[in-house]
Amino acid sequence: MTGAVWPAVLGRFDWSSLPFVRAWQDPTVSEIIGAGAAAIVVFAAIGVVALITRYRRWGYLWREWFTSLDHKKIGIMYIVLAFVMLSRALVEAVLMRLQQAAAINTPGFLSPDHFAQLFSTHGSIMIFFMAMPFLTGLINYVMPLQIGSRDVAFPLLNSISLWLTGGAAGLMMVSLVIGRFSTGGWSGYPPYTELAFSPDVGPDYWIWALTLGSIGSTLTGLNFAVTIYKMRCPGMDLMRMPLFVWTSLCASILMIFAMPPLTVATALLALDRYLGFHFFTNDLGGDMMNYANLFWLFGHPEVYILILPAFGVYSEVVSTFSSKGLYGYTSLVWATMAIAVLSFTVWVHHFFTMGQSADINAVFGIATMAIGVPTGVKIYDWVWTMFRGEVRFTVPMLYALAFMMTFVLGGFTGILLAFPPLDYLAHNTLFLVAHFHNMLIPGLLYGMLAGYHYWFPKAFGFRLDEKWGRIAFGCWVVGFYLAFMPLYVLGAAGVARRTQEVFEPAFRPWLYVAGLGALVLLCALASLFVQLWVSIKRRDANRVTAGDPWDGRGLEWSISAPPPEYNFASIPRVSRRDPFYDVKRTGDPYAPPAAYQDIRLPKGSMAGPVIGLAGATTAFGLVWHMWWLAILGLLAVIVAVIARSFARDVEKVIDAAEVERTEAAWLSAVAAATPILREGEMSCANQGLAEIPA
Amino acid sequence: MSAGEVIPTGLDLGGASQSAPERAATGVQGFWVFLMSDAVIFALLFATYGVMLSRTAGGPTPAAVYKIGPAFIETLILLTSSFTFGMASVTLNDAGPRRRLFGWMSVTLLLGAAFLGMELRDFGAMFSAGAYPTRSGYLSAFFALVPLHGLHVLVGAVWMVVMMVQLRVFGRDAQVMLNIRRLALFWHFLDIVWIAIFSVVYLQGLIR
Amino acid sequence: MIRWRRRIIVAALTSPLGGCAALKLGVVGHAGPIAAGQWHLYEIVGAVLVFVAGPVLLLTPLIAWHYRLSNRHAAFRPDWNFSWPLEGLIWIPPIGIVIGLAVVLWHYTHTLDPYRPIASPLPALEIEAVALDWKWLFVYPDQHIATINQLAIPVGRPVHVRLTSGTVMQSMLIPQLAGQIYAMPGMTTQLNLAASQPGVYRGENTQFNGPGFQNEKFDVVAMPAADYQRWLAHVGGTAPALDAAAYAQLFQKSSPPQPLFYTSPPPGLFQHIIAKVQEPTP
Repeated sequence: MTGAVWPAVLGRFDWSSLPFVRAWQDPTVSEIIGAGAAAIVVFAAIGVVALITRYRRWGYLWREWFTSLDHKKIGIMYIVLAFVMLSRALVEAVLMRLQQAAAINTPGFLSPDHFAQLFSTHGSIMIFFMAMPFLTGLINYVMPLQIGSRDVAFPLLNSISLWLTGGAAGLMMVSLVIGRFSTGGWSGYPPYTELAFSPDVGPDYWIWALTLGSIGSTLTGLNFAVTIYKMRCPGMDLMRMPLFVWTSLCASILMIFAMPPLTVATALLALDRYLGFHFFTNDLGGDMMNYANLFWLFGHPEVYILILPAFGVYSEVVSTFSSKGLYGYTSLVWATMAIAVLSFTVWVHHFFTMGQSADINAVFGIATMAIGVPTGVKIYDWVWTMFRGEVRFTVPMLYALAFMMTFVLGGFTGILLAFPPLDYLAHNTLFLVAHFHNMLIPGLLYGMLAGYHYWFPKAFGFRLDEKWGRIAFGCWVVGFYLAFMPLYVLGAAGVARRTQEVFEPAFRPWLYVAGLGALVLLCALASLFVQLWVSIKRRDANRVTAGDPWDGRGLEWSISAPPPEYNFASIPRVSRRDPFYDVKRTGDPYAPPAAYQDIRLPKGSMAGPVIGLAGATTAFGLVWHMWWLAILGLLAVIVAVIARSFARDVEKVIDAAEVERTEAAWLSAVAAATPILREGEMSCANQGLAEIPA
Repeated sequence: MSAGEVIPTGLDLGGASQSAPERAATGVQGFWVFLMSDAVIFALLFATYGVMLSRTAGGPTPAAVYKIGPAFIETLILLTSSFTFGMASVTLNDAGPRRRLFGWMSVTLLLGAAFLGMELRDFGAMFSAGAYPTRSGYLSAFFALVPLHGLHVLVGAVWMVVMMVQLRVFGRDAQVMLNIRRLALFWHFLDIVWIAIFSVVYLQGLIR
Repeated sequence: MIRWRRRIIVAALTSPLGGCAALKLGVVGHAGPIAAGQWHLYEIVGAVLVFVAGPVLLLTPLIAWHYRLSNRHAAFRPDWNFSWPLEGLIWIPPIGIVIGLAVVLWHYTHTLDPYRPIASPLPALEIEAVALDWKWLFVYPDQHIATINQLAIPVGRPVHVRLTSGTVMQSMLIPQLAGQIYAMPGMTTQLNLAASQPGVYRGENTQFNGPGFQNEKFDVVAMPAADYQRWLAHVGGTAPALDAAAYAQLFQKSSPPQPLFYTSPPPGLFQHIIAKVQEPTP
């Protein structure tokens, strides 16, 4: 059953593109797992569609969510996407860890090819479809509230970015069901990913998923940066912005400048694969080293795009849960900017081993160490924020503390790797894998989870269950140490990364511990879902409608939970940092405005979903060489953009009376709420109103 | 600060975070930021071109392939089109007669089309001389950089047509004005990129 | 061949068992001057970094616990958020440490540069290494032999390896002897190493290149000079020639289960492969 089925329409699709057919023809455990994964995707998709149809929610979903231009809804959708993709990529990680534990002088249960697809999807999904959406979602939700704005600068562009990302994630899921994925890793180095060595659809799925995602992220960075520059409320000077806004600004600037190199790298590879160009081929003048430079010119700033918003979350969390303003705000701002600038000066450290001169390697090694200084400054500033504060060990704070101690170990190994002679030993080994997971899991992931727990009550009006939050936290920390500390040892022993089988019995105990760690991490993820389930069931007991469950400091805590669609009844005016904290102590935080005004907000638009779907369709057509489909998709994008530019009735008005009613309802909830001291914030007594100690 | 105090600042802050002039300024700034990201893409393609200039794989070299005459004429065409668009912008800002506005925009469009036509003819000539993109790394780099610019010009031309239609349909409303301002930035940006292409690609290729 | 296999098995079995068995397979078990230098560097940098990570690991739990909400004895100064002396302490020592480490880094990056010849009264053994799918070809141009997946070298003498790839980007790592260097098609890279004691040291490709990647391992067999000469003579006397058939075999995607040996590799084979890889694919 090979050979294209109907080339004119279906391009290079043939029956063996389906994992079910492959498993039928060759029923190994590896193929059956692949078919099983495809089956899960198909049944889940059918199940979701069936449920929505059964409960007749298509209209509601389309009107209230998919076409919404509200930054809060878009933010939530990004985070939902992140959790879905986190689940898939974590399962993939568990499979890989189990395979390595099983495959010591024996082939294990995953074929080398399947294993290679797993490490490629795992990395690509975690970076582009878990981490980026998670941080984009958090920034989307919180940043406009913190700067006292009603929305981002370009709400329509926001929706388009969301749906481009969603479309790309959809393409990743489709690659489980139709075809196969790249085996070239998340970095896709040619010439291995060129036609001569990987003629299959895999690298093409990788190229187009990343291209759609990178365009979405570039536009997001643009949107956030302009929002922060132009839409801060009166009185909010740059040096009065919350640290989370500062880190969002720097991450956004990085997105604007660092995503284009990825777009170029993948586009040039696509030109090689589709039109026979010679950018990175072995023959006729290709230069693979150029790819490495282009990719890592993106790749290094990318990891700072990932970590800076997490640093912003930690700043907010440590300050709030120490009941104290941030220590060294100005230093933190300068350190953040230094990190952003320096992130463009170190990319060669990703390929010290490519044969550059000692001079070049040494310069980039020194630059790499230099970034450690502002990062260390930030950690110390958080420590000194806790000093002489009143520290409360809520779940977000626990993540922050675990981060501070575990991330510094990753920084330790990072400085080791900054030394080219040591990198020559550790590059492409499990030591490197341990190092970057040591930065990303305690750094990025704990930060995102802390932000999720911290702002969930604001978004949904009730707190998350604290007990299950601690269980999840415990599993994330224990699981991380078990899964990754052994990898440092194995890497130091010379074990290469991306390896499907090992041949030294001495590695067995370390691989077993790492496999156990992966299972604990799976429990951590499951605990989060249990926590959500329990929290929804107990939501009435944990409601915090008054809107300020943590005695927060920024403007986002000065409105109801959940906030009204327009955020603020009238745009606030601030005169210092931590404005809400200040007014709670020196003024009347819940005084209604003198008068209410009509509020204009953007209407919903289907441009986002249409462009996302059309983009994904174009990509799918390109992957399978269904040229007619690719052209149709591209035309749909162009028509959608032009058609939308003709739209004029794009705003709706919320009249002053309705604003007044909404605000009055909230203010009466505030009046009826019992204020609580910090000792009670993790109990049901917390109704979102802070008692100010005398 | 009280949570809801309304400040009489003279600006129409009523329903939106920003006034109309502020929104226009934001709209233009956003486009500048987009142009910066586009500039990064072109910069990387220039860098790639530089890296691959010597990788001719025994095939055609720049000196053999580039014709300075057509390139120079294309430069003049684009420079003139920037001038004509400038005249259109002045007419737009001064609320000049619509016919004059359409006139300048049409001339710009024609010049853009002429540029594209000449460029396509150049590529055709290169192909028949054996200089096609799949021949070598150097030619791949040329045919990524220069046609990408041409593609941008094509997008600009289509955009120009759309704006002319919208001027007919909506007149000079806020959205149309904003989008013509953005198109103007785009057009001048493309002119600057072409000057870089003319210098770095054609002049450098023929002088070496 | 059997004698060498037995020696290899004996060497492998006598490698230390126990908790540190894994680490001894890497730079901790260094057996040559380059790896020894790298281990020394690990020790220096590691020691310094203890003073970088240590304060954070101590201060964070101490301060968080002491200033917990329930501790009424801890001072609460909600408005204290800056101190110039503390700023100095936060910025200046780390900058100083980075400057100090930068000096160390500059020095060691140059002395441990893979392209830097190892100083020695003995002339370097020239090796040409070709990374293939999924095996390593080692050509001894001056000795007119070639091997697949076995690099035999004399103890105490520098070895100068020139590398290229016959397929895609690869990377040669022998962690007990030296760091890795990429091997790229159409290009040449270099690695200088030496073994200071006899033994069998594992080498591998670390840059993923397909379904046979995990099998692309080879042994470096370091022998006393006399044994090495005998090995050369043995291979020269008993191995088949690297003829056209054997050459074609090199480019099959496979990993031979045992090392292979050849005599009379064609002169210029290394350069020929560099050129061949750049020929247009049909």
